[in-house]
Amino acid sequence: MRGQNRSGLSALRTAFGGAVLGGALIFAVGAISADGPPSIVPRVTGGAQPMQDIPAPALARPVVDDKRKMRNYPEQPPIVPHSIDGYQLTLRTNRCLDCHRRQYIEGSGAPMISITHFMDRDNQVLADVTPRRYFCNACHVPQTDAQPLVPNTFEDMLIVKPKP
Amino acid sequence: MSMSRRDVLKAHAAAVAAAAANISVPAVAQPVAGGIGALEIKWSKAPCRFCGTGCGVMVGVKEGKVVATHGDTLAEVNRGLNCIKGYFLSKIMYGGDRLTTPLLRKKNGVFDKNGDFTPVSWDEAFDTMATRAKQTLKDKGPTALGMFGSGQWTIWEGYAATKLMRAGFRSNNLDPNARHCMASAAYAFMRTFGMDEPMGCYDDFEAADAFVLWGSNMAEMHPILWTRLTDRRLSHPHVKVAVLSTFTNRSSDLADIPIVFKPGTDLAILNYIANHIISTGRVNQDFIKNHTSFVKGTVDIGYGLRPEHPLEKKATGAATAAATQPIDFDAYAKFVKEYTLEKASEISGVEPGFLRELAELYADPKRKVMSLWTMGFNQHVRGVWANQLVYNLHLLTGKISEPGNSPFSLTGQPSACGTAREVGTFAHRLPADMTVTNPEHRKHAEEIWRVPNGLIPEKPGYHAVEQDRMLKDGKLNFYWIMVNNNLQAAPNNTGETYPGYRNPDNFVVVSDAYPTVTAMAADLILPAAMWVEKEGGYGNAERRTHFWRQLVNAPGDARSDLWQLMEFSKRFSTDEVWPAELLTANPNYRGKTLFDVLFRNGNVDKFPATEIPAEYENRESKAFGFYVQKGLFEEYASFGRGHGHDLAPFDTYHEVRGLRWPVVNGKETKWRYREGLDPYVKAGKGVDFYGNPDGRAKIIAVPYEPPAESPDKEFDIWLVTGRVLEHWHSGSMTMRVPELYKAFPGAQCFMHAEDARARGINQGAEVRVISRRGEMRTRVNVRGRNRMPRGVVFVPWFDASQLINKATLDATDPISKQTDFKKCAVRIVPA
Repeated sequence: MRGQNRSGLSALRTAFGGAVLGGALIFAVGAISADGPPSIVPRVTGGAQPMQDIPAPALARPVVDDKRKMRNYPEQPPIVPHSIDGYQLTLRTNRCLDCHRRQYIEGSGAPMISITHFMDRDNQVLADVTPRRYFCNACHVPQTDAQPLVPNTFEDMLIVKPKP
Repeated sequence: MSMSRRDVLKAHAAAVAAAAANISVPAVAQPVAGGIGALEIKWSKAPCRFCGTGCGVMVGVKEGKVVATHGDTLAEVNRGLNCIKGYFLSKIMYGGDRLTTPLLRKKNGVFDKNGDFTPVSWDEAFDTMATRAKQTLKDKGPTALGMFGSGQWTIWEGYAATKLMRAGFRSNNLDPNARHCMASAAYAFMRTFGMDEPMGCYDDFEAADAFVLWGSNMAEMHPILWTRLTDRRLSHPHVKVAVLSTFTNRSSDLADIPIVFKPGTDLAILNYIANHIISTGRVNQDFIKNHTSFVKGTVDIGYGLRPEHPLEKKATGAATAAATQPIDFDAYAKFVKEYTLEKASEISGVEPGFLRELAELYADPKRKVMSLWTMGFNQHVRGVWANQLVYNLHLLTGKISEPGNSPFSLTGQPSACGTAREVGTFAHRLPADMTVTNPEHRKHAEEIWRVPNGLIPEKPGYHAVEQDRMLKDGKLNFYWIMVNNNLQAAPNNTGETYPGYRNPDNFVVVSDAYPTVTAMAADLILPAAMWVEKEGGYGNAERRTHFWRQLVNAPGDARSDLWQLMEFSKRFSTDEVWPAELLTANPNYRGKTLFDVLFRNGNVDKFPATEIPAEYENRESKAFGFYVQKGLFEEYASFGRGHGHDLAPFDTYHEVRGLRWPVVNGKETKWRYREGLDPYVKAGKGVDFYGNPDGRAKIIAVPYEPPAESPDKEFDIWLVTGRVLEHWHSGSMTMRVPELYKAFPGAQCFMHAEDARARGINQGAEVRVISRRGEMRTRVNVRGRNRMPRGVVFVPWFDASQLINKATLDATDPISKQTDFKKCAVRIVPA
């Protein structure tokens, strides 16, 4: 059974550390979007000599910590906090639903698929997952441990403030 | 310390929120701080910025920032759904390295091709550009000036560009990146039906009994259309899905008939199916007698390489590649007769049982079939043929132009149809399917544009791949690239594209929102406003035109492509760019700027900016003093109204979730060419392919011909390039969204495990992908989502640091000039 590590003060310490890091990130963003010349950000802008030989970094590892991540906005499909390598998702079988279907969550401890996932094209609720939502990975993707190449200055709706 | 478990959890939750998004909400009390006003988000509609599906999204804005997006429940296309990219639209404008000021390469304070990018004002940027453009025009004339646009241009941006290039600078060297994407589809529509774009629409998904994917991985590239197809397949067990591809992909996972064929051999399979329909007596005789004609195409048409290439010299039909000759049904039947099941199976490597099952989907008169294709068909040295061969199947059986019976060409860009094709930003086209080679069409365009007769040049300009060759050869010297990343996208970019950008004779300008590989190779970078930072209109793959308002301001000095095109036009007078004899004959155009004659012509400046609702900003209209978008759109729409391309009034599109043209008497058209469904088909006709003067669609006899390059001893494996779900095209937007980046952070070489083992390569090992043109380094994945057959590798092209187009071949379909990115020979060695 997958579970959320929600108790323990060690996690609390990590979280406060993260808060400091978050502040630092916003500072860095300010620097990068200044009105200066663009800097070559390794990998996202290509190479300084784009046609030259550029080594490829090792394949990133999947994030498998099972921790729920806060959504950027309520409608965002949650990312998958575990590996789905080798999961079968075909005409005849759907491994994701083995845990996330309404009737299986008590046993699996997984979050139930959202109520919207029972609705057909006309918003009528069906008895089980709607066929139009059958392929989970069109919207829900796992993450790797790769660190973003450039910061993103998107601001959460709860903190976006009037511009001075 | 007496903290209960609940207190710990609450404190923990607040701390994590602070860490994740800088949200500081006290854990103890959670009131509605600031009342309901503080919670309100202003929602407006917009189409998605990515693929050609054209999903509707609702965009939430708070304090001048986009804070959320979700699928629009009122949009017919997607009814509330988005794919993973669509759900993250909120973050695409906020990459930390947005370009906010023009940047010019300078040394010692002046422009220098080898200088460093230096922030400059718009005035300095445009002055430098104008000086170079005028010098080029003076030295070499209009053919040395060119522009590379995009199927991501809004309708009016593409329209302003085509006016500026053709009527302003008198150059047809305007081509869109859509040339790389669906030129083959567009040419095949014209050759078969005499009119561009599909006859059917997405409503076919809910009516078909079978779906056949020809070289399209919709599960990843058109996920929302895939939800509609999946919905139909899973809801109705009689429905069958066939997926044809050169490797097994996510779309194959839904297939009843999964087919993996040898690259390029789809042509043989298509001709076999036609033969099967004929030999089993299932031709719809009435339909072919009344609504079709038969032709045979030129063969041995070459591969669109440089003319001196040995393959071109050898090709006997290269000079007349597009020519056809009339034949009759019997001659056609005889032609396809040699494509027996055995022969098709032998050429394609596909099990005969699967091929017969596939052929039956088309042959069975009771089964409604929707054929779908994308880059597997279009990026094909015989792409026009492939498109036409699938029309053959639908025409032989009469399975066309009615709900569920639908040959359907999908597009990859949000306005590949709406802008690149309908506005006509191809090197040979004008709005509404007209061409520059037709004197009547040129005259008509000149009349609508209110410019002198004889202004528009008649010779088609350089197409995409030719532009790169001409830049390299020094024949194209002033070049402006907008909304695309062609140095990353173009084939054989080390050999043909990059040398042209860096050619000291050339001045290259790139307008983009982010510093892309292309921008960094330019001489001048212009910062662009994107998506909802401007008012826009797109046209999707089902002929749906849809609009959005400007919802937020672009950062810094970033400006829309529309503003850039129009503002730049002020720097040229007619005396500088038009021939003296033309001005002598039309003296009232003397001394005017191109802005005056193109955009203050009484049409474009007809509507006051006060018509824009006060709640929405519109920077372009504010800058020019009239409702720019409306004026451009209404002038453009006059090309098609009454000619089968009718667009609704401008204001209507701001009210509705898009309409499918032709829009006649306020009603959209879902299926064209059939009586009762299409207002252009007269009563009693039944079916009328009115794009052709005789009202008949063409069935073409063309053979299987091999690809330009196939694996041999030295380069022993096929390379196929393409996309992945998480990244859109060159990744310039999606690589800057952390969630999308972390989902798929870099390109990989998908490879069969035994192919890897035979080369001493392990899972995850670094390799070199080497072709005759160039090489790149990447990592091998033998267990990924794409399951390769022996002898074929797949590498996506979204990664700016792993440029697979260093290896690809610049062979094109000789008719459409679209590159084949799916077939070349490489060798894979450990790095």
